[in-house]
Amino acid sequence: MTDQEDVIRCEGIWKIFGDKSRQAMEAVRRDGLSKKDIREKFDCVVGVQDASFSVGRGEIFCIMGLSGSGKSTLIRHINRLIEPTSGAVFIEGQNVNAMNPEALRRLRAEKIGMVFQSMALMPHRTVRDNVAFSLEVRGVAEAERARVAARAIDMVDLTGWDRKYPDELSGGMQQRVGLARALAADPTILLMDEPFSALDPLIRRQLQGTFMELSAELHKTTVFITHDLDEAIRIGDRIAIMKDGVLVQIGTPEEIVTRPADDYVADFVAGISKLDLVTAARIMQPLAAYVQAHGPQDTSAWPVGKPGCKLNELVDLAVGTDHPILIAADGAAVGVVTKRALLRGIQGRDEERAA
Amino acid sequence: MADTAFDWLNPFASVDLGIATWADGIKQWAISNRELIQPIKRFFETVIVGIEHALQSIPPLVMLAILVLIAWQAAGRRGAIVVGICLGILGLLAPEAWGLAMTTLAIVTASVILCVAIGLPLGVLAGKNDRFEAIIRPVLDTMQTIPAFVYLVPVVMMIGIGNVSGVIVTIIFALPPLVRLTSLGIRGVNPSVVEAARAFGASPGQILRKVELPLATPTILAGLNQTIMLSLSMVVIASMISVKGLGNEVLRAMGRLDAGKAIVGGLGIVMLAIVLDRITQGLGRSGRDRGHLMWWQTGPVGLITALFKKQT
Repeated sequence: MTDQEDVIRCEGIWKIFGDKSRQAMEAVRRDGLSKKDIREKFDCVVGVQDASFSVGRGEIFCIMGLSGSGKSTLIRHINRLIEPTSGAVFIEGQNVNAMNPEALRRLRAEKIGMVFQSMALMPHRTVRDNVAFSLEVRGVAEAERARVAARAIDMVDLTGWDRKYPDELSGGMQQRVGLARALAADPTILLMDEPFSALDPLIRRQLQGTFMELSAELHKTTVFITHDLDEAIRIGDRIAIMKDGVLVQIGTPEEIVTRPADDYVADFVAGISKLDLVTAARIMQPLAAYVQAHGPQDTSAWPVGKPGCKLNELVDLAVGTDHPILIAADGAAVGVVTKRALLRGIQGRDEERAA
Repeated sequence: MADTAFDWLNPFASVDLGIATWADGIKQWAISNRELIQPIKRFFETVIVGIEHALQSIPPLVMLAILVLIAWQAAGRRGAIVVGICLGILGLLAPEAWGLAMTTLAIVTASVILCVAIGLPLGVLAGKNDRFEAIIRPVLDTMQTIPAFVYLVPVVMMIGIGNVSGVIVTIIFALPPLVRLTSLGIRGVNPSVVEAARAFGASPGQILRKVELPLATPTILAGLNQTIMLSLSMVVIASMISVKGLGNEVLRAMGRLDAGKAIVGGLGIVMLAIVLDRITQGLGRSGRDRGHLMWWQTGPVGLITALFKKQT
């Protein structure tokens, strides 16, 4: 969404697991072997295959895929919990893979916060000490730690629980602690590895709400992993669909839903309601084409919408009249949405723009 | 080597690689290098004698009270009662039993301290490194299963009889469980918690100190408990190389077929074992079992701090 500089840039990330991953990588470069060939010839498994993407400042970038698609492997390359077999990750222009251990640790503690599906809280530490962990490893003084932890705990509405231990908290509260821990050091980047997948639906919605409020307030550059397309659409500015280690498509939620790159993505988005996603600009017919087909029209009685109107709003406009909807931008009419186009849009099929 | 009439069906009888003779060379080497060992020996002898003097100089009733308080702190009220009763029985077994028990306790303490100093780093290393674990495992198996009498002779040849040799043979036998269980504890730490620590910028040393060791503590303490129990079981064998204490009592009673004295010595060892077991098992309880109270919030120390708080 943002046109500003890229905070995270991944270039051609390959991750091949196995003892002979180096040779396998060579073979891929030379002969372009398929995943199956690599498994048979080298006994190696391809986790991530040539993934490139960048995330702008303040953007929420969702990576969506089913389990085993390599999304958790991919996100761990960003803070180098996993070394890529090939390719590199740049954070604010710095090559993460070229950093020495000390610089890498500073990057992890100060610039990147991570939230895990399994929460991964330390059971022998209180909520407060869990939240302040990244400051503690940087040698921040006790008083400062207490102050920062209290603020982070307050952000996730857990004030008063700071002396408790993780096993005394419910699952939803534990993940709030996980979120507070990630936010404590006020990092630039948030990595969320399926943070809400292990929670029951009601708690999940609640936490998504908390996260989105915080996100709107703090503007963290976020990479958010999920297997739930609804979640990805609700949260993400852009979505990347991942399948078998490959980024199949990257785009805004609307692009993904209306123009799926292949059958796999199409299957995924088939069940998604387009009402709050697809805009008039996507389904409208240019005014000139409409006039050409139907002759000059008196549009004074027609309802008027904007190109940015969602289908839901268009439906509201359409029910009060028998006329098509005129789409106007900056006072000038640009297109027409007929009832037919609207219905097709809700269905998710492109109305053939018959001339 | 295979001289006359090599039998294919029984090749072993006609082959002699001379391993026993070769191994006897170790003994010879030990004897000829005795002088190197003596300063080290004297140092450890002083430490052991120091511990023993300290334990002997405390009046029995005071010592009993101290041990009961330690047990109360570590294992709670029930543990303290068991420890008190066992120590009472130990003292009443025979007039000299308490003094002998303190001598044995000194040897066991010295052995266990050295076991921890050696075993904990080895265990951590084995927990971290698969290759090291693969190398050390057969060594530990050997240490645990080889009959004590086999290494008794070379140790005595090299160091001479006495407490230091007693401690060494005890360490050989008692060390393995601590190494094994430390390794097991480190390996048992939830990998996702370690990953999280890494993701927040912890160095390998910090991960070990702040995450792995604390989480492995219950398992490590179970290993410590086993090490203490095994060192107690070595006191009779150690007494063969002139280590004093309860074990010596049993050994002498065996020589004279004096069942009564053997029972006194044996029961003494058992009582000591129960006392040490209760205390160390209590230490192994996790914070969760104690209702997430810190150790200074429970037991006698907790009582005192609570009193102190009320006054201020």
